[in-house]
Amino acid sequence: MSTTASAQKPGTKNSAAGRAGDSIFSGLSLAAGILIFAVLAAVALFLLLQALPTFAAPADEITGGEGFFSYIWPLVLGTLIAAIIALLIATPIGILVALYISHYAPARISKSVGYVIDLLAAIPSVIYGAWGATVLAPALVPFYNWLAENLGFIPIFAGPASQTGKTMMTAGVVLAIMILPIITSMSREIFTQTPKLHEEAALALGATRWEMIRMSVLPFARPGIISSVMLALGRALGETMAVALVLSSGPMIASLIKSGNQTIAAEIALNFPEAYGLRLSELIAAGLVLFLITLVVNMIARAIIARYKEFSGAN
Amino acid sequence: MSTTTTKPGTSPVRESRLTRGQRPKWLIPVIGVGAIVVGAAISALIGFNIATWAIFAALVFLIVGPLLIGAIEGSRAGSDSLMTFLVYTAFILAVIPLISVIYTVLANGIPGLTSNLLLTSMNGVTGAQDNFAEAPGDVVGGAYHAIVGTVSITFWATLMSVPIGLLTAIYLVEYSNNGWLGKAITFFVDVMTGVPSIVAGLFAAALFGMIFGPSTRTGFVAAVALTVLMIPTVVKNTEEMLRIVPNELREASYALGVRKWRTILKVVIPTAISGIASGVTLAIARVIGETAPLLVTAGFATAINWNSFSGWMTTLPTYIYYQIMTPTSPTNPDPSLQRAWAAALILIAIVMLLNLLARLIAKAFAPKTAGR
Repeated sequence: MSTTASAQKPGTKNSAAGRAGDSIFSGLSLAAGILIFAVLAAVALFLLLQALPTFAAPADEITGGEGFFSYIWPLVLGTLIAAIIALLIATPIGILVALYISHYAPARISKSVGYVIDLLAAIPSVIYGAWGATVLAPALVPFYNWLAENLGFIPIFAGPASQTGKTMMTAGVVLAIMILPIITSMSREIFTQTPKLHEEAALALGATRWEMIRMSVLPFARPGIISSVMLALGRALGETMAVALVLSSGPMIASLIKSGNQTIAAEIALNFPEAYGLRLSELIAAGLVLFLITLVVNMIARAIIARYKEFSGAN
Repeated sequence: MSTTTTKPGTSPVRESRLTRGQRPKWLIPVIGVGAIVVGAAISALIGFNIATWAIFAALVFLIVGPLLIGAIEGSRAGSDSLMTFLVYTAFILAVIPLISVIYTVLANGIPGLTSNLLLTSMNGVTGAQDNFAEAPGDVVGGAYHAIVGTVSITFWATLMSVPIGLLTAIYLVEYSNNGWLGKAITFFVDVMTGVPSIVAGLFAAALFGMIFGPSTRTGFVAAVALTVLMIPTVVKNTEEMLRIVPNELREASYALGVRKWRTILKVVIPTAISGIASGVTLAIARVIGETAPLLVTAGFATAINWNSFSGWMTTLPTYIYYQIMTPTSPTNPDPSLQRAWAAALILIAIVMLLNLLARLIAKAFAPKTAGR
């Protein structure tokens, strides 16, 4: 073996050099590990430092003229609305697709089907945005018109619907497509880890395939599904381009099928290139808020995964 | 069990308890055809088009199918078949956008793939020239500067993130011994995965803004932002690969008196190199399509700029974004859209090639793990 041949050399050499190499190497890798903390801390610190002028500025100098809080909260709400629409669409479909790959598709094709779904994740967000604005938005207009006519009494479907289709709902649908692969790939992984004995026991007792899935697969996978949905939520909250290109933004309104509303990420992307002075620091403050929201969501997701790992003994 | 002794064919009148109440084989195709016909009829009522036809046909099938099967085979089989149909429907729903996106990019992008696009920049291209362009081939200006920007920014990001990510993964697998620090680093790497890309961009912009004055925008600032996004991917992929290196290899090396760092460099990493390389390729594929952090860090250039340390830069994603949002000729956006879609086609091709390359590397150089 070549490895043993080359590895014998240091043994024959004076061992002081080897010892130094050992401590240098372990020091380097430790430093790299600690750098991760440093980077995350630096992200928070520099955002905070640059955002400070916003918090110190008098209320009437902030965009909107009523202070930072009333500037940011419609954006936070818009971000949440877009993410919730995306989750409502992507969660059921994502879990069903994961079930398709793990339990329904013929074994021959299930692997390639997995690749196809991963391709969805590989497409850059700007292309989804361009596609959403040029193909999806016009295609959804008749549907929005129908909603406005028949369900217009519900505030979120109040008409008249946007005739370009560039609405919060469209942005939510595009986001749903983008986060679907996250939910699918994580759920699929956990579905395939279900103990075979549980599945076979259920089938042997005469369960149909769906009863088997409901009784053995889903209870086993529940924490995994929850954390995959949380991770997808984190992604949907921070996604920028899909919203920036698809949504024709405006002040906050209740209706999801009119143009209006805005998310934090898209607000930053649209305004940052021309911003200077206080406006710059305002947008960075908005970024800080977004960072904190996604941080909390991701930490909850990771905590669920960590707890679940301890109990399942899957390691 | 007595019924099972009935020989098939001898007494067709009395069916077996086991085969009684089964749906005939032709039932599902017939429901399918029926659903398509009824769907067409309902869709014709509200103004026929293919989308509503498909939706109504699917709805009819999803309602009638399980009800019929439930009536024949009992409610358990009915709900089982409902779930089966739903699972298949969900899969089709998930594939439709993928096909639509790829079709849109191909259909809109191929006419714009001219030599101009690949070999010229947008330097000096004005709206007047766009207004004169009639055929797709007449459109001047291209994405060469954006390709240059993409390559150089991605290069710097890779150069910074790969060593850090690799060493962090080595610390986690080889040195941390499941200590608290290792656990904390793993946790924060996971948290870092979830940092929104625009926030990474803002961080780089804020960092360089503090040091070099506000609105410092160069390719290198963008590379720093992309590094923040790339490190967690590299760490996770590398860690996974290092963990599957069999412990026997390490122990054999230690038994020969080899130092730990030599063992890692000469035994562990060579064994895992294919997985690491494919992980790095996937990480590159992920950041190469990032748009948001570049909007706030790299500025927007129309000329070719190879120097990442001074001057603004454009990458393919920001090029696409700006061509769509602010067409070169506001009165005639078609040439800009044509350039944008062609650039999108190039970008998607690069990303797909990188993904394919990653799989090929993983397959071609996979270590022989015979006996394990």
